[in-house]
Amino acid sequence: MCGIVGLFLKNKKLEPDLGALLAPMLDSMCGRGPDSAGLAIYDGISPAGVVKISLQHDDLAYDWAKLADELETRIKGKVQYSVNSTHALFFVAGEESAIRVILREIAPKVAIMSMGKRIQIMKETGTPAEVIARFGVSGMRGSHAIAHTRMATESAVTTAGSHPFSTGSDLCLVHNGSLSNHSRLRTNLQREGIVFSTENDTEVAAGYLANRLQHGFSLQAALEASLRDLDGFYTFAVGTASGFAVLRDPIACKPAVLAETDDYVAMASEYRALTSLPGIEHARLWEPEPAVVYNWSHS
Amino acid sequence: MTTIDLENSTVRELNRELHTASAGSWYVKNPRGAHALAVGLNAPLYVEIVGHAGYYCAGMNQEATVIVKGNVATGVAENMMSGRVHVHGHASQSAGATAHGGLLIIDGDASARCGISMKGINIVVKGSVGHMSAFMGQAGDLVVLGDAGDALGDSLYEARLFVRGKVASLGTDCVEKEMRSEHLTALAELLRQSGADADPSEFRRYGSSRKLYNFQRDNVSHY
Repeated sequence: MCGIVGLFLKNKKLEPDLGALLAPMLDSMCGRGPDSAGLAIYDGISPAGVVKISLQHDDLAYDWAKLADELETRIKGKVQYSVNSTHALFFVAGEESAIRVILREIAPKVAIMSMGKRIQIMKETGTPAEVIARFGVSGMRGSHAIAHTRMATESAVTTAGSHPFSTGSDLCLVHNGSLSNHSRLRTNLQREGIVFSTENDTEVAAGYLANRLQHGFSLQAALEASLRDLDGFYTFAVGTASGFAVLRDPIACKPAVLAETDDYVAMASEYRALTSLPGIEHARLWEPEPAVVYNWSHS
Repeated sequence: MTTIDLENSTVRELNRELHTASAGSWYVKNPRGAHALAVGLNAPLYVEIVGHAGYYCAGMNQEATVIVKGNVATGVAENMMSGRVHVHGHASQSAGATAHGGLLIIDGDASARCGISMKGINIVVKGSVGHMSAFMGQAGDLVVLGDAGDALGDSLYEARLFVRGKVASLGTDCVEKEMRSEHLTALAELLRQSGADADPSEFRRYGSSRKLYNFQRDNVSHY
């Protein structure tokens, strides 16, 4: 099963309410997967030369201040951070790949959830309601977000195995389904320098998209190529710095419904998840066609 | 007519009331995509659902008439035995799956696998149907006023398929067949029962070429 939801705001006036709009959508999908939940929320834009990094450590008492100090020493630059439950959001002056290397060296047990200019990822084991409360999602602002609640079928119920997965700058993916050729694909992508943190199939799909984008593909083209290269069942929701995209595999066993009004584009595994949105009664509702890429972005 | 507002009642309460009744009319408000609405009805009831319904709406229906003034999710009228289900909006995948009897009318489109493994139900879709519709259909008629997606009637048994628009592709063992007078008569009757404004002569008929009923080595590439 698994449940996925996405919300892309067209009306900037709704941006302070993004978390409040997203939370009931995610919560309503609990029945599709209560094992773990997570979300990626896109907000603001970090200043030039500053990277926004979502980090996680299982220990609630983890010494983030010490990590920030060590990082400042190593990069010889400014580090700002805020802690939210098991996660911390860091703003670090520097270049993404160099910071990633340093973090792996000085804090190997800290998981890097995402890096970019706008993305923030939060995910943990537990029901959507627990995860929403843990991170205070309802109070968060942003321009767009995707979220996932998981019924684990393919790898362990852990924080790392939860969605969304991010393997590229400001790029993340949530997935309902399962991929059958992820092992070979992971090996091929590792040869091209993509680094994976788990044995999860969805992480391979995220890595695949990151790799295509590194090769100069547009998101649209990368997703179209994935129809050829990914074997399995999937509905994907993909988040990027400026927008989000939805794709179902050609067989389309995994559900999805889209809704659009003047204020937003929303997607969910089921219509139930959309009923809390304002103006949904008058939204244009449709089921995405199999093997067709749907893509929205802020210009 | 009894009104049940799902803002204040649960789906279980709704279904319990419908299961204990032998006759009557119900008006169901605020379905908000809930699953399993009006399932397992077993009497000539009349149920009108105003709004969008979730999975398996009116599943296993016997004798009842269920009207949905909205869209329905996966598996509307799945395993229906008799009665009538009328969806005013669109239907998601597997509409009328495995159903043995009754009439399912969908005013909008139905997505993939409409009428999968149908066993005697008649389905009239006034819009178009998605891929793999009538897959392994055994009996009953599927009428499509719009177009049909890929692999229509794949591995078909004896269900009869009538399509007015374009067929993206036919599935394995599904072929176009001659439209004879008895087919035109049956089709006209289904169109009349469904309130569909269409001329039977505009439809084409598709059915099984019956090559996959028994295993034959010559057909191995088709399995």
